[in-house]
Amino acid sequence: MSQVRKKRREAFLLGNEAVVEGALAAGCTFYAGYPITPSTEIMETMARRLPQLPDGVFLQMEDEIASMGAVIGASLAGRKAMTATSGPGFSLMQEQIGYAAMTETPLVLVDVMRGGASTGLPTSPGQGDVQQARWGSHGDHPILVLSAADVPECLEMTVTAFNFAEKYRTPVVLLLDEITAHTREKVSLPEPGDFEVFSRPVPTMPPEWYKPYEETLRGVPPMPPLGTGYRFHVTGLSHDLLGFPTSRPEEVAALVERQFRKIDRFFHDVQLVEHVMTEDAEALVIAYGCVARSARLAVRQAREAGVRAGLLVLKTLFPFPRSHVEKLLRSCRLAVVPELNVGQISREVKRVNEGYAAVRTINRVDGQIIAPAQILKEIA
Amino acid sequence: MAEVTQLIHQYLRHNKKFPLVFCPGCGHGIVLGSLVRSVHALGLSKDEVVVVAGIGCSGRIAAYVDFNTVHATHGRALTIATGIKMANPGLTVIAVMGDGDAFSIGGNHLIHAARRNIGVTALVLNNFIYGMTGGQCSSTTPEGAYSHTSPMGQLEAAFDIVELTRAAGASGVARGTVFHVKALDGLIAAALSQPGFNLVEALTPCFTQYGRGNGFKSAVDMFKWLKDKAVPLEAYEKLEDKAGRIPIGVFVKRDAPGLETRYAAMRQRLLEKRGGAA
Repeated sequence: MSQVRKKRREAFLLGNEAVVEGALAAGCTFYAGYPITPSTEIMETMARRLPQLPDGVFLQMEDEIASMGAVIGASLAGRKAMTATSGPGFSLMQEQIGYAAMTETPLVLVDVMRGGASTGLPTSPGQGDVQQARWGSHGDHPILVLSAADVPECLEMTVTAFNFAEKYRTPVVLLLDEITAHTREKVSLPEPGDFEVFSRPVPTMPPEWYKPYEETLRGVPPMPPLGTGYRFHVTGLSHDLLGFPTSRPEEVAALVERQFRKIDRFFHDVQLVEHVMTEDAEALVIAYGCVARSARLAVRQAREAGVRAGLLVLKTLFPFPRSHVEKLLRSCRLAVVPELNVGQISREVKRVNEGYAAVRTINRVDGQIIAPAQILKEIA
Repeated sequence: MAEVTQLIHQYLRHNKKFPLVFCPGCGHGIVLGSLVRSVHALGLSKDEVVVVAGIGCSGRIAAYVDFNTVHATHGRALTIATGIKMANPGLTVIAVMGDGDAFSIGGNHLIHAARRNIGVTALVLNNFIYGMTGGQCSSTTPEGAYSHTSPMGQLEAAFDIVELTRAAGASGVARGTVFHVKALDGLIAAALSQPGFNLVEALTPCFTQYGRGNGFKSAVDMFKWLKDKAVPLEAYEKLEDKAGRIPIGVFVKRDAPGLETRYAAMRQRLLEKRGGAA
């Protein structure tokens, strides 16, 4: 009792700045990017912070394709590396995301979603990149897509993104929106030890025994940094256990199967949701990002009005937290999915619904937020 | 054991299937040999060498050599190489690219790698054609040359790789050919031992996709063409009629520190400013 508890450091941060705090707490030492609204504060903060670290590297690249290339290279060399972008830049990064997924290179990509297609509404919020985050790169590949709804969560979910990337050797996309990224809130700054921090498994066997894409218990093969004696081949071509190109059907199928299984087997670990008054809910709201904040108020107001409303906040968007959603759909009469797009997560909800509940959508694509009243109207 | 056998055992991957994937008469295998001899001559350890290759015929070189090898996406080898070098400046990073890779799809990355003078050696295998996709023109296909996508003759002008890279600010720029092998060995070794961004253009014939459609009777004919047309830079400058001749040798040699070195110095300055240990 007599111990003086050290006062926690607090700061009043933008969501974008909180991402940087989270990244540094997770051990990120490498950032490469290209400026784009509304993600730029992540890059600018990294530009000031990383050179202050003994081995920190910040690079402004010539475009988003190069940014992802540099991040992949740094990760192969053993660094925890990230980039951040917004819609148009996210589109440019897609091929490299597929390369990272195929080569099982851990990295974190923050996409701050703005409004509209193409150049769209650069300074307005949107949630139109959701399905692109899952399927934007060609070909079947596993990927993790996370989201955050407020500033403290931006910090926390960035740590989670790095942990998942390292644990499962996969690119992880953290989807924010312009509102969450540009909201300023009080954040408790992380002290060492606050978060459990994972680093990728590295091989312990002698180099001559090492098979870079060998099956392991968890499906995640160990990954040595380049230059540490484990000389192996990294390729975006379909490859065998040694990493060399192959087109033998049994080897190709085994590779794809393992790449999906390494995520599938740990659904319980990677599918993060927050339940708000869902135990007895009849009317359920499923939301993520800034819309989840409006939904939170709407659900509270509905409760005050006597409606048994509940909210499921999706922190993991993909793999879609099916088990959580399905369970609630079975017990609710109504599910409302408000989104700042024409219906990208509601597709997933409808896909798992199978007639359990009535699914209503609220879609807004004019660059404006969905207000609590709009959600309340649907559930009350 | 003959020296060549020793080099094969030491530097090529035993678990890769030979012969090489390249067509008969292709010059890429010669560049591979030059690369191996250059690394050997410099006494670099295999663990400290990273080869990042692009997509195309030249990209397949990476799989054969027993270094740390990365077969990148098309045109992006230099971006990955940049990340690797900045993450671990102790590594010797070599980007192996074709002409389409380095100067068409990857042209932006090339000029910026040269501008920021990242300590990477770019080895560009220029065969004037997209070989792996079956013979389409590239940004180095000579004006008038035939390809599947310039069936009436190429209307567009070709890039001069040396001049472009020089203008972009590279530390070192050189050109060699697979006919002048000893000289090519020297050019690559010199590039590997200089700081900053160094580019070596290696002219290498593609008889299958380029030669056959452009008046060459055989692969040997193309090697003879290289022998006749390529002139050492000093001699080239004295030539009265330079038409159709290709200067080879070292074009740029600046002793400028690479970005990774300048970055480390900046970090050190920041550390000292904060009163940390030197």
